[in-house]
Amino acid sequence: MNLLEIKDLTQLFSGICAVSELNLEIGHRQLVGLIGPNGAGKTTVFNLVSGFYKPTRGEIIFEGRNLAGLKPHQVSALGITRTFQNIRLWKEMSVLDNILVAQHFQLGYGLGNLFFRTSRYLERESEMRCQALELLEIFKIREYADETPGNLPYGMQRKVEIVRALSSGPKLLLLDEPAAGLQSADVNELIELIKWIFEQFDISIWMIEHQMKVVMTLCSHISVIDFGRLIAQGTPDEIQNNHEVIKAYLGDDNV
Amino acid sequence: MKRLSVPVLLLVLFAVLMGLAWFEVIDVYLQTILLFMGINVIISSSLNLVNGNMGEFSCGHAGFIAVGAYVSSVLSVALFTKSRVFGAPLLPPEWAAFGFPVILIIGGLAAALTGLLVAIPSFRTRDDYLAIITIAANYIIITTIINIDKIGGARGFMGMRRVIFAMEDFAGIPWMILWVFIFMVLTLVIIRRYMSSTYGKGVEAIRQDEVAAEIMSVNTNRVKLITFMLSSGLAGIAGGLYAHAVGYVNPKSFDLLKSTEALVMVYLGGMGSLTGSILSAVLFTLLLELLRPLQIIKWVAIPLLLIIIMQFRPEGIMGHRELSDIFPKLKKFYKFK
Amino acid sequence: MDTLFQNLLNALQWGSFYSLIALGYTLVYGVLRLINFAHGDIVMVGAYIAFFIASALLGVYGGIPALPGWVVLALTIPITMVLTSVVGVTLERIAYRPLRRKGANRLYVVITALMAGLILENGNLLLLGASRKKFPELIDKVVYQFGPVSVTNLKIGVILTSILSFVILHMIITRTKAGMAMRAISYDKFAVPLMGIPIDQIIVFTFILGSSMAGLAGILFALSYPILDPYMGISIGWKAFIAAVVGGIGDIRGAFAGGFILGITEIMVVAFFPSSYRDLISFTILLLILTVKPTGLFGMPKTTKI
Repeated sequence: MNLLEIKDLTQLFSGICAVSELNLEIGHRQLVGLIGPNGAGKTTVFNLVSGFYKPTRGEIIFEGRNLAGLKPHQVSALGITRTFQNIRLWKEMSVLDNILVAQHFQLGYGLGNLFFRTSRYLERESEMRCQALELLEIFKIREYADETPGNLPYGMQRKVEIVRALSSGPKLLLLDEPAAGLQSADVNELIELIKWIFEQFDISIWMIEHQMKVVMTLCSHISVIDFGRLIAQGTPDEIQNNHEVIKAYLGDDNV
Repeated sequence: MKRLSVPVLLLVLFAVLMGLAWFEVIDVYLQTILLFMGINVIISSSLNLVNGNMGEFSCGHAGFIAVGAYVSSVLSVALFTKSRVFGAPLLPPEWAAFGFPVILIIGGLAAALTGLLVAIPSFRTRDDYLAIITIAANYIIITTIINIDKIGGARGFMGMRRVIFAMEDFAGIPWMILWVFIFMVLTLVIIRRYMSSTYGKGVEAIRQDEVAAEIMSVNTNRVKLITFMLSSGLAGIAGGLYAHAVGYVNPKSFDLLKSTEALVMVYLGGMGSLTGSILSAVLFTLLLELLRPLQIIKWVAIPLLLIIIMQFRPEGIMGHRELSDIFPKLKKFYKFK
Repeated sequence: MDTLFQNLLNALQWGSFYSLIALGYTLVYGVLRLINFAHGDIVMVGAYIAFFIASALLGVYGGIPALPGWVVLALTIPITMVLTSVVGVTLERIAYRPLRRKGANRLYVVITALMAGLILENGNLLLLGASRKKFPELIDKVVYQFGPVSVTNLKIGVILTSILSFVILHMIITRTKAGMAMRAISYDKFAVPLMGIPIDQIIVFTFILGSSMAGLAGILFALSYPILDPYMGISIGWKAFIAAVVGGIGDIRGAFAGGFILGITEIMVVAFFPSSYRDLISFTILLLILTVKPTGLFGMPKTTKI
């Protein structure tokens, strides 16, 4: 059984077809890519998978379970988390709190426990805190635990956002253009980071990326969409030489 | 030291206030001002949860205060006093001393339930639509009260003084100072515990980026609902205290002007700052009383003063900070987060 | 059936006031995302300005010979609209703009608007005292009988004026450069300064349009219900804001329609229920409309971008 199966996924926005009859599969322990020209509908696919949009037609099946009708917070509790094109950390909260809030689905205490500060509440709070700090330690950003993300350099904010998405122990991590806005030195660091995450965690990673260097180095399998349609998929080598893909990126005349 | 300093401070303050009132060092007028201060602290800090911490714009806080005021007044008058409307007391009047907090909490629950009804339509709407829904709800609540003749309609409802007398027959202490103080402290403890928990930090996350919050597993609708109900429930308790402190309620005293006062206290103190809310409630109550001799000029002077303050501090007195952020040395004595 | 028609005419007149006021709310909201809670009190100021101008032109204060009523009305309307917009623009300049410049949270501007409203109400009471003013009767009342339904010339005048002003406003917004700039700002606040559109001038223009509509509403209201008092703008202002939201705030067609919907609902409720139920029932209906159509009648659902 595949980790994620997308069947005939279609999304219409007031008549415009953003995603059209998309069929895709992602297995366990895979690092795969989704590319396509601007406006091809890549982020829409991610928004559909994370439950933010309700698909017009089609199914998204995660670990054999249909995600139809689930809200984003339920989807993330099931094990799909993501990052955003333009970093969406909570900017006035400390890095540590950013990680903690992402544990909302596994708080393990109710309001009664909270207001009476029961031992269960205190235990869970300190447990989550310890785990969050440990995670920051693993990624060598513990020193920033009390900083607000606004004070961190852009590349570091990216890293914090990825750590936040990882903190809830997802089985599928969606990275939406992780290299956007990074300088080339930072891009190399990012590639190492993603590679390291993929080795260390029991996880599948699916990324949208415009920088071919990132996708081609990291991904074992790449899907290409244009105008919401899947036009090609295969290994990086196959994609680089695919006629359809070159046409989609460069236009008909250049072929 | 850290754990005990705040409770000790509060106990001392409580003892001093009770003593002053008991030995009549401060007269009834001053006592009333102190009561209003405490009640206003509850009002501003509870509205701050929604408008400051959650970043929504609720404009009809007085509606929930009204629900709490009426529900608890009717209950306490019916249960503990002989009245023309409800006849003989249903319970022995001397039970009032213990029954009163229960009645206040029932009033708070009623207000929280009203909050639930108001919050549900607001999920489907966005931005400032909560403003409109709460304004409309404030109107609806007031007109509903006006149309219930049994509780006095537009004339208002009275008889709560006799409940206080019943408590004083049981023991001759300044009861209202006691209850307002206890419920004010309780409110602050509840809000502080809520906002410093990981659950409550979800509220801050919603204000800063609601989409990210929902996608990072925060059940935003549920958190918003609970926060709104908590806020309106606490407002209901403030209403019950207000009704018994004044001894008389009238639908007019809970109109949008009252809601405006609550808004002013929140934004004067600083959005999301609990200490700011306390400070501004105390200052605002003082200001209202000090300027009372000016009569109508007061209602020009106060808004003018507030406009000028906002020009100089466009983020309120405290901004989005707590007292311990401004004076870090205070952290030695108490821990906020 | 006849009473229904009669009520409908009353409702249209009543709705005209709400519509004109809601237009001002929605214009300012569309451009600034500011709920200008002082707007209802601007209407009150408009009514008082109209009162003083009309009285002066009627020769009450001496100095000039009394002009005939229709001349007074013809002069009072434009002068009041101009003076009321001066009040609105002044408010924007001294209270709202400095706060915007300082980058204050927009809710602080809303609170400032609430405070400005209180100052206008109570300042008026302070200056003019508690005695209510009676607006002079400028035109003779003519009653037209259509079978059992009777209409006064004033009622027709009010309804026609509000429709006409909506049409003119709609043309200004869709046809003129300034109007298009207003719509551009409400569409994308950040791109507009880049396109070389002077944003402050457009904001002033918006306040001129909105406040002159408020002034017009003030005169029409004073003509219809000639007793003026400083707090007359509060309730009608809050309600007009609700009407604007039900119509879909930011869209002038929505504000116009919302005003009439609220007016019709209120009059119809009073026709069938005790008048003390008016707010209860009409607001419940408005909330139901919002629950079914959360963006208001003319509001477009926006898809959130990620």
